[in-house]
Amino acid sequence: MKYLGIESQRPKIGVFDFTGCEGCQLQLANKEETLAAFLSCIDVVCFREISSASGEGFTIALVEGAISREDEVERIRWIREQAEVLVALGSCACFGGVNRLKNDFDLDEANREVYGDQPKPTLPVRAINEVVPVDLEIPGCPVSKAEVERVVQHLIWEVPFRFPAYPVCLECKQRYTVCVFEMGELCLGPITRAGCDAPCPAAGLGCWGCRGPAQETNFEEFLSVARERGFSEDEIVDRLAFFGGFRGIA
Amino acid sequence: MLFRCLSKEGFRDLVEMTLETIEVVGPKEIGRDKDDNPIHHYLPVSNPDELDFDYATTEYSAKTYFLPFQENLSTYRFDEDDWTQDIRYRIQPRAIIGLHACDINGLLKLDKVFARDFFPSPYYISRRENTFIVGIDHEPCEGGFCRSLGTDTVTHGFDLFLTDLGDRYFVAIGSDRGFGALQKVHAREITDEDTHDYLTERQRLAGLFQAEVPVHDLGTLLDIEFTSEVWEKWGRKCMSCGSCAMVCPTCYCYGVMEKVSMDFERGVKQRQAYSCNLVDFAEVAGGHNFRPDSTTRLKYRYYHQHRGFVEIYDEPKCVGCNRCGRTCLAGISPVEVITDLQMDEQT
Repeated sequence: MKYLGIESQRPKIGVFDFTGCEGCQLQLANKEETLAAFLSCIDVVCFREISSASGEGFTIALVEGAISREDEVERIRWIREQAEVLVALGSCACFGGVNRLKNDFDLDEANREVYGDQPKPTLPVRAINEVVPVDLEIPGCPVSKAEVERVVQHLIWEVPFRFPAYPVCLECKQRYTVCVFEMGELCLGPITRAGCDAPCPAAGLGCWGCRGPAQETNFEEFLSVARERGFSEDEIVDRLAFFGGFRGIA
Repeated sequence: MLFRCLSKEGFRDLVEMTLETIEVVGPKEIGRDKDDNPIHHYLPVSNPDELDFDYATTEYSAKTYFLPFQENLSTYRFDEDDWTQDIRYRIQPRAIIGLHACDINGLLKLDKVFARDFFPSPYYISRRENTFIVGIDHEPCEGGFCRSLGTDTVTHGFDLFLTDLGDRYFVAIGSDRGFGALQKVHAREITDEDTHDYLTERQRLAGLFQAEVPVHDLGTLLDIEFTSEVWEKWGRKCMSCGSCAMVCPTCYCYGVMEKVSMDFERGVKQRQAYSCNLVDFAEVAGGHNFRPDSTTRLKYRYYHQHRGFVEIYDEPKCVGCNRCGRTCLAGISPVEVITDLQMDEQT
């Protein structure tokens, strides 16, 4: 495949999953209208969900899920050693995701709650970048396939790529969504990084912040906006903690 | 200007006749907020009953029917070592019925930028010339300060402008296109009684609009107050989300980006509305940002509205609709910001 006179290198890509729902992997197989083109740009050497190939020799690793077991620590270190570029895919890989809520509880108690008298080996949940260095992070629950495509184009041909710096509000406005605060809902849109095209507020659900903070967030003002509208501290804190993207500022 | 009188039935016929050939857009109630206030948007309608002329204001201005939030400027096709470009800006004609004077004044300001300046935009002009505009008189909306900016009335920029006289409309004709449309629905010549009723109604409406914010000489005041703490006070509240610019009838700043299709056979150059309040608006090559603080960015938005635009086009960019004030979650209201500046100067 040629672009602007340059033949592509068709990089070898491995897709790996850790603690997560595998929804981000599934996203890679979505967007059927460009799926054939997407797969012809890359050489998939390992992708359990769509391919029986389980080869090694990948240069780009797309990693989904958070790290929550000792064997996962070893596996992600091995992947890091093999890969030239390691991309964290989705909120779990980037922030720890919903799994991270476990860290607010006693580990043994959480284990008993889920597995009863057959406890499993477990660790406090960590994002990929808390275990090994990460080159690129694509947040979202799930990731947007369109964004993954642009990142892959960037990796193959160095097509410029940037995440939007602005918060979700701009995308709501650009699709004429009535502000969910006006409808009495709590929303993290004013502090969450855009790029998802704001599907949740468009469906009447306030933003839950799966993409983490925008480039610059006015957290202080956001808190007073939420409080003025009658949302309790618990509601606000729960919302901010949900995907783990706001730890450090929440 | 020519005037005619049109019965309510005649107006209905006019809308129905228009609907037979082109898209008709107008104020439509789309739902209610948590306090049960109606929310209106300018949207396509399928019959005259969907037009709600009793609307106070719309959440969004009609700007995006002329400057869409996203627009493809051109598409490309790559072919071996060559490429071809395709530019299309011809659009289907459309009618927008029920615009208030502030929104038509907003279009007149955009005309100055996109139709009459050094670099006219064929994309804008195509939409503007292919849009039949019917304005309507109305009682002031809450929080609007159009009177202060002289945008509560409008003398051109429309095809027809209606004033409701109860059982009939007093119609100002703004174009030959508007004149032709009225011929088809048998609008009659105006009588002395029509003129009298019209002037009475205009006087009543004018009395309802109260100047809320003194903007005379605001350009000079802004220069004097360049380092005022007022900017710090309001700028610290700004969440840099750009909502104000999106709902504004005259904010027109945009970014351009190019995207390549996944099969690398096609490309597209897209224009996307942007806002001077967004964190990377003034970022240039090398990552240098001339306005890294929300306080500076907010200040410059006001400077463009009330000083920079005045220097180039002899009038403020703002039409006083207060859509930005209503949409701002942080409660940054133009009336309060400008009043604070006036107070600051007096103390």
